[in-house]
Amino acid sequence: MRKLYGLIPLMLFIVCITVMWRGLSLHPSDVPSPLIGKRAPRLQLPLLLNTHLISLNKELKGHVTLLNVWASWCVACSEEHDLLLHIAKNKNFELWGLDYKDNPEAAVSWLERKGNPYQKVLLDKQGLTAIDWGVYGTPETFVIDKQGIIRYKQVGPILADDWQNIFLPLIQQLASAS
Amino acid sequence: MKLVNLLIIFLLLTMQCTFAAEDIYPFKNNKDSARFNTLTNTLRCLVCQNQTLAESNSGLASDLRLQIYQQVQAGKSDVTIIHYLVDRYGDFILYQPAFSPATYVLWLAPIAFLSLGLGVLIRYIYKAKRQ
Repeated sequence: MRKLYGLIPLMLFIVCITVMWRGLSLHPSDVPSPLIGKRAPRLQLPLLLNTHLISLNKELKGHVTLLNVWASWCVACSEEHDLLLHIAKNKNFELWGLDYKDNPEAAVSWLERKGNPYQKVLLDKQGLTAIDWGVYGTPETFVIDKQGIIRYKQVGPILADDWQNIFLPLIQQLASAS
Repeated sequence: MKLVNLLIIFLLLTMQCTFAAEDIYPFKNNKDSARFNTLTNTLRCLVCQNQTLAESNSGLASDLRLQIYQQVQAGKSDVTIIHYLVDRYGDFILYQPAFSPATYVLWLAPIAFLSLGLGVLIRYIYKAKRQ
């Protein structure tokens, strides 16, 4: 019994080290979205370079949608741009862009320069729709199923690994569901 | 000389850094203004996570302050406003997370550790007395 008591500090030490070691690999800046599994919030915005508001919630239905929140001033967005151009060839989903707090002219010239991967680009000049969607930084990417329910949100650029391991399997599963 | 030292220590101890966001919102009455201050001081900025919405200079924090201001002006209750934000950003936006199964460990661990420590201490004193 005595001997066991002597081991207590060592055990506490091991517990501490384990907890702290795990803490090193946590990403506290990736805040989980409370919207997963919920219906997509209102998406009523003008298209880029168009002043008319259009309501897009109905158009979310019938196909899997990737809604990519980006801006021409966003540095990290250029990081994933090549990947977006590449995945835009995939016919299993529609790729929409949500241009966040941006100057429309700058956004258009950005897309002309780098190529436009999006089927639709919506402009959220004030960032109010983004608040409804719980966006807190660019880029962010939502995966929305055929019923218009949010299934996943990626915070930060989509890396090749994320695409292979998270997005592709999820999109395949959602696209084959009726 | 000693007095100067004391004075310096006193000044250092009472020195406070106060950060406040720059936008100024006019309120109809002091009650609304106090509500706004309490709300923005108990909600987290998601961009710079160790700052409150009141302290942060990030664009999102300023947008959310405007939202809170407009809702306070519209006469919405604190609960409604907090609900509005939690719906969008999750419990993470609260500096005081709710007492729910996900946060039991967070809330109860200090009590558990304290009682463990007290237990060890009492045992130790009891043993020492007996010897």
